[in-house]
Amino acid sequence: MKEYATDAAIEMHGVSKHYRYFTLDNISLKLPRGQIMGLIGANGAGKSTTIRILMGLVHHDSGHVQVLGHNMPAQQVAAKWNIGFVSEDMRLYDSMTLGWHIDFIRSIYPNWDAAYAQQLLKRFGLRSEQKMKGLSHGQRVKAALLLVLARKPELLVLDEPTTGLDPVARHEVLRELTNVMADEGRSILFSSHNTQDVEQISDQITFIDRGRIIDSMDKERYLDRWRRLRLEVPRGVDLPALPGIIGIRRDGSLAVATSNAFEPELASAYESTGVHVRRVENMTLEEIFIANVEHSRDEVEA
Amino acid sequence: MPGALFLSQSDKRPIYFQIMEQIKQRIAIGDWVEGQPIPSIRQLAVDLEVSVITVKRAYYELEREGVIVTQHGKGSRVASKPGLGAQLREQELQQHLEQAARIAAQMGIPPKQLQHRLREAGDRVAEADKEKELT
Repeated sequence: MKEYATDAAIEMHGVSKHYRYFTLDNISLKLPRGQIMGLIGANGAGKSTTIRILMGLVHHDSGHVQVLGHNMPAQQVAAKWNIGFVSEDMRLYDSMTLGWHIDFIRSIYPNWDAAYAQQLLKRFGLRSEQKMKGLSHGQRVKAALLLVLARKPELLVLDEPTTGLDPVARHEVLRELTNVMADEGRSILFSSHNTQDVEQISDQITFIDRGRIIDSMDKERYLDRWRRLRLEVPRGVDLPALPGIIGIRRDGSLAVATSNAFEPELASAYESTGVHVRRVENMTLEEIFIANVEHSRDEVEA
Repeated sequence: MPGALFLSQSDKRPIYFQIMEQIKQRIAIGDWVEGQPIPSIRQLAVDLEVSVITVKRAYYELEREGVIVTQHGKGSRVASKPGLGAQLREQELQQHLEQAARIAAQMGIPPKQLQHRLREAGDRVAEADKEKELT
């Protein structure tokens, strides 16, 4: 197996950046090599700023950033040989064809895999004689992705790669991203506000809201902590306040409790007070996202 | 073993659980036999277009239940236990029976009556099968 300088593809420690109306506050996260991290947050939460700092495009005020073992932004030139970055504002030349772009990138990057590029053209339904100007949004995203994927970079950094795509294009993109993971030395960081994409393909989940990280951990452990408990509260029984419950909605004798620190003991704790636990349900990442943002905003404001 | 499993987006259960259940089903119906190699964690993740960590979790839980064995560097295979398929089918029946008993208890239905209902359900299934044969 290949030896790498570090076991982390990305490491951020206490990174802050102040703008007049927005502050990215004390961001720390780590993406182990060979894994996919999904960066989730509402619009304006700080996802793009975080990505721009990682790419050395924005300089942070304080903290440390390492990408593939290189300090950013100081060593960004060395780091970028092995990073494929795709964002909305990627510079493609409108009057040139996709084939021209392919030749251009290929002349710069020695790792360019021509056979893989051909496969991608086919799988994405693109033609090299197409001019950039005439491409739809979905085709543009796929073209940009093709141009970085065929370089075979160790790290892919993708800012909202599935936003605005139709279901077929979205599926094509997700399939190529998971294909990349067949190689355990490669890593992906992508941002999205589509929780379904993140839930499906991420190994690591990082939640950002209002410039802060709410949670950052492995997806299975994360999903496992959250549960919805459907309760029946008999007449004359008080619904107790239990630790690990972050929200309760009640209607008559029925109540729904949301937990972000679920243990089976929580259900027995309710039962011992006379409250019946009718069902314990898993939550989708979307449901967790909303519950989590509301809860953390309540805490900040309290 | 291409396209061996299918995940459903409308299935509300966690993805790792769906993977576990489908692997057990494959073994229960005899498609995957004892000792047979199964896809590597990374390969199955790529095939199903899901994260590696999710498949890892499914394999870990299946190993704990004794359904598969994973040897470092050699990949995973179905456990070499004679009668594993039958055992998994038995387990599934057990779960359904317990679920029925639980609902009956919640509804206050006494065990005798539940037995009677089960016999009736058996008659209805036999009846439906007979009709299927005739048509």
